[in-house]
Amino acid sequence: MAATVAYDEVEIGTELPPRSFPVQRSTLVQYAGASGDFNPIHWNERFATEVGLPNVIAHGMFTMASAIRVVTDWAGDPGAVTEYGVRFTRPVPVPNDDEGALIEVTAKVAQKLDDRKVRVDLLVMSSGQKVLGMSRAVVQLV
Amino acid sequence: MPLDQSFVGRSYPPTEPYEVGREKIREFAEAIGDPNPVYTDPEAAKALGYPDVIAPPTFAFVVTFRDSSSVVADPELGLDYSRVVHGDQKFAYSRPVRAGDRLTVTSHIDAIKSLAGNEVVTVRGEVHDEHGEHVVTALTTLVARKAEADGTDEADRTDEADGASGTAGAGEEGGE
Repeated sequence: MAATVAYDEVEIGTELPPRSFPVQRSTLVQYAGASGDFNPIHWNERFATEVGLPNVIAHGMFTMASAIRVVTDWAGDPGAVTEYGVRFTRPVPVPNDDEGALIEVTAKVAQKLDDRKVRVDLLVMSSGQKVLGMSRAVVQLV
Repeated sequence: MPLDQSFVGRSYPPTEPYEVGREKIREFAEAIGDPNPVYTDPEAAKALGYPDVIAPPTFAFVVTFRDSSSVVADPELGLDYSRVVHGDQKFAYSRPVRAGDRLTVTSHIDAIKSLAGNEVVTVRGEVHDEHGEHVVTALTTLVARKAEADGTDEADRTDEADGASGTAGAGEEGGE
C-alpha cells in the first residue's frame, strides 16, 4: 500500500481537487446490476412517485462511491482509505432527460491524526443541496 | 410499534463465503465510472503492492448488504421493512477487498433506537477472509420512517425536535 501524498506536506485545510460526477438513468440501471440493488425507486418512475419521491433517485451507495473518488484519486492508492462514512441526508433525483443529475464533490483535510493518517471531510452537493452529511474518510499517507 | 430491544447485541452466524472475482470488481468499477487501473489491471495492482486487483472502497457493501437486510427483515424484530431507508453507512478497513478473497460476513445488531418516531437499527457486519483475517467492518444504519401523520403518530411528535439531524424521514436511499 502506498499513497503518493506525503503526510508532512499536508496541512489542515488542504483542499483536494474537486470533481463533478454526472448521473443519468442509464447510470442507475448499470449500478443496480453491478451492486445487486434492484430497488425500483432507482429505475421505475411510477413506483418512485407512488412512494412519495419526487422522481427516480440515485442509489445512496452510488453517491457514496462517487464521492470517495475525490479521495482515492488524490491519495493515489484506494487502499489508503482506512475509514469512510456518510449519512444519507437528501435524495438525488435523476430526471429522465439527456442531462440527468450532477453530484458535486469538494473535500479538504480536516484533521491530522497519529500514524501519518489524516481525516478528510467531504462536501457532497446536487442541485445546490447537500446530499450527504457527516461525510468523512481517514486516509493513510506516507 | 416499538422494536424488540432484546435484539440489541444479537449476533448471527457467518454467511457462506462470497468469492470476489476480478470481473465482478471490473463490473462494479465500470458502474461507478471509475477508470482507476488498480481495479482492473493486476499489474497496476501489483505495482501498489497488492497480489491482485482490489475493489473500490464501497464494494464492501455488495458483500454485506444481503446479510444486513435479512437480519432486519426478521419479523420478530418488528421493523416495518416497507418503510426502511438507508440512513448511514460506515466502513473501517484492515485492507482493501481484492480478487480471490473468499469473504464471510458475521452480522451483529449494535443498536435499536427510536428517533422522532422513526425506528433506527444499526447492523455491524464483520467481514473476514478465508484465513480468518479481518478485512472490513461495515456499519449500516437503517431507518424505518414513521407512518404518515394519521392521528396514530401524534404522540411521537414531541421528540421530533431533536430527531436525527435530518436523516430520518428525508426519504433518501431506499431500503434494500
